[in-house]
Amino acid sequence: MLEIKDLRAAIDGKEILKGITLSVKPGEVHAVMGPNGSGKSTLASVLAGRETFEVTGGSVSYLGEDLLELPAEDRARKGIFLGFQYPVEIPGVSMVNFMKTAINEQRKFKGMDPISASDFLKLMREKKEIVEITSSLTNRSVNEGFSGGEKKKNEIFQMAMLEPKLAILDETDSGLDIDALRIVANGVNKLRNKDNATIVITHYQRLLDHIVPDHVHVLYKGRIVKSSGKELALELEEKGYDWLKEEN
Amino acid sequence: MIYIENIEDMSAEQDQLLNEVTSNDYKYGFYTDVDIDSLPKGLNEDIIGMLSAKKQEPEWMLEFRLKAFRHWQTMKMPAWAHLKIPEINYQDIIYYAAPKRKVQYESLDEVDPELIETFKKLGIPLEEQKHLAGVAVDAVMDSVSVKTTFRETLAEHGIIFCSFSEAVKEHPDLVKKYMGSVVPYTDNYFAALNSAVFSDGSFCYIPKGVRCPMELSTYFRINASNTGQFERTLLIADDDSYVSYLEGCTAPMRDENQLHAAIVEIVAMDNAEVKYSTVQNWYPGNKEGKGGIYNFVTKRGICKGDNSKISWTQVETGSAITWKYPSCILKGDNSIGEFYSVAVTNNHQQADTGSKMIHLGKNSRSTIISKGISAGKSQNSYRGLVKVLKNADGVRNFTQCDSLLLGDQCGAHTFPYLEVDNDTAIIEHEATTSKIGEDQIFYCNQRGIDTENAIGLIINGYAKEVLNKLPMEFAVEAQKLLQISLEGSVG
Repeated sequence: MLEIKDLRAAIDGKEILKGITLSVKPGEVHAVMGPNGSGKSTLASVLAGRETFEVTGGSVSYLGEDLLELPAEDRARKGIFLGFQYPVEIPGVSMVNFMKTAINEQRKFKGMDPISASDFLKLMREKKEIVEITSSLTNRSVNEGFSGGEKKKNEIFQMAMLEPKLAILDETDSGLDIDALRIVANGVNKLRNKDNATIVITHYQRLLDHIVPDHVHVLYKGRIVKSSGKELALELEEKGYDWLKEEN
Repeated sequence: MIYIENIEDMSAEQDQLLNEVTSNDYKYGFYTDVDIDSLPKGLNEDIIGMLSAKKQEPEWMLEFRLKAFRHWQTMKMPAWAHLKIPEINYQDIIYYAAPKRKVQYESLDEVDPELIETFKKLGIPLEEQKHLAGVAVDAVMDSVSVKTTFRETLAEHGIIFCSFSEAVKEHPDLVKKYMGSVVPYTDNYFAALNSAVFSDGSFCYIPKGVRCPMELSTYFRINASNTGQFERTLLIADDDSYVSYLEGCTAPMRDENQLHAAIVEIVAMDNAEVKYSTVQNWYPGNKEGKGGIYNFVTKRGICKGDNSKISWTQVETGSAITWKYPSCILKGDNSIGEFYSVAVTNNHQQADTGSKMIHLGKNSRSTIISKGISAGKSQNSYRGLVKVLKNADGVRNFTQCDSLLLGDQCGAHTFPYLEVDNDTAIIEHEATTSKIGEDQIFYCNQRGIDTENAIGLIINGYAKEVLNKLPMEFAVEAQKLLQISLEGSVG
């Protein structure tokens, strides 16, 4: 589904990603871990198409297509979803309006008619249950005045609404209390199936107690320094990142 | 739930908009070829005499015009606004042009098909089906009202809704009593000019105790080359009455500048409420700042009676230069004045707009919500006065004045003025300036919404407080306009 080869990216001339190679197949969950500043969020942004980062080398193929050629909105319409670490507020734009616009953009891209009002409301109700969010949240403006936990739940809610093929969750666990963490993780697990894939970016192992990954990669100084099964996460939890830093 | 439904209607509209947004030309830039019967260029007492004669006006009307003209000659164009106004040659303007066929129409079939075509392009709801939408239209094409609809329905309620010229002939007492009572011809340069040469406009009277059953709507259209348009509107809401009035404007594309100086006067008696909504989309000039309408408007209402209310809502996207301050004189005790505004400037547009709230009545209250959006190389200024007179106890005012910038070559300015002579007044003023963030746009992009639409979404969110004050069908049109006006301004 996703083939990243020797991907390099820079911001303001400073290279952050120094050759990432990663392969993700449908149905898989990959965890990308690493200490602060290792390039985890940069990887997420580059895959989602944020233009502040300049791709300086390598390639990314997504469903057989050159991903780096596509503008961010087309990547989204083709099923790539980024759960933001810091979701932005858009004052005055209701979640209802925002989601409906997003869904209809996706549908239009696929040559479908806009979703009917009743179908849309039904979909909203259904998906809100997955992340256990209340109606009032979706009537408010996008992320405006949301608590940290509400923002993260709202990201998973949007993911549920958009049904992506590849979801990249950037530090979705940061700032969550244990209940919110459980809800977010349950949401992700419920949305998992054999056709979609998830990349979970996290600093801590605790999210991986709830979302069990098939593969764990450790990112350090812009490179993947270790890849293994889920047991790697536990090892990191126990030993910290220092032993890897020493090895590299 | 109505709330959600509305939003969905709007977002469906937004989708449709996508298809329309592909062209960067001024959308309403077409020109209807109708025979014009006009006076020669220039302004003097003879011209005014001919104008008055052409309109078959009574003597008192001509007297009013001449007094205004003589006063105007003693005045100078105001220079205090934050605007660069090219010199206007008032002798190079045609002050009267009317479509030639001056017959009274019984049905739409009799109206010049070209005119109907123009209305269709503009989407003006003249047809029968629009009756269902509850909109009565007094369409003004150039200077003479071409068609007035639904008058009979309104007449059943005793409501008078007609062209200003008709009112002069048929309701001279009302016109004499109220014309110039809110905006005297001595008020300012453009008010004096309008009073001398106004060609036509709308007149509306809501009798005591009547709630106008439909939104009254006038569509203005400037159409003849080199013709300044001088509209005049007079709206009187008698005791315990209510009316919502819509004014929407589009103009065909023109290369030379066109002067527009309108007057709107509103009188609200005891317990009366008037809502006046405007969507203004006159030709703003091209990307280099060539052409476009000069819009110098004096709009003022007086809350004459106790517990009366006047509410101005405006969405201003057009015109090369806008000079406009819809105001309220709050004379009645417990009277309420409101001003909700979105003003968009792009390319080389200039806007100096805001409101004046003059508190004379006890416990009178006012609200000013102004949302400026500047893009391109435009200049957007808010100018507002809150004045509380000595005997006005218990006055409250809340002013919120927000500016949103797109790009770094535009300007946003605020000029708030405060004159308070009564220390029981509570006056609040809030102001913010923000930019559309790259992170907001990327967030939308990541959900599949392209940059153009993301800006539309963000702008409409920013302006929502004001858009929500508009009647539904107007709100949708206004949303479209905001997005169209800002096309290509980011990226």
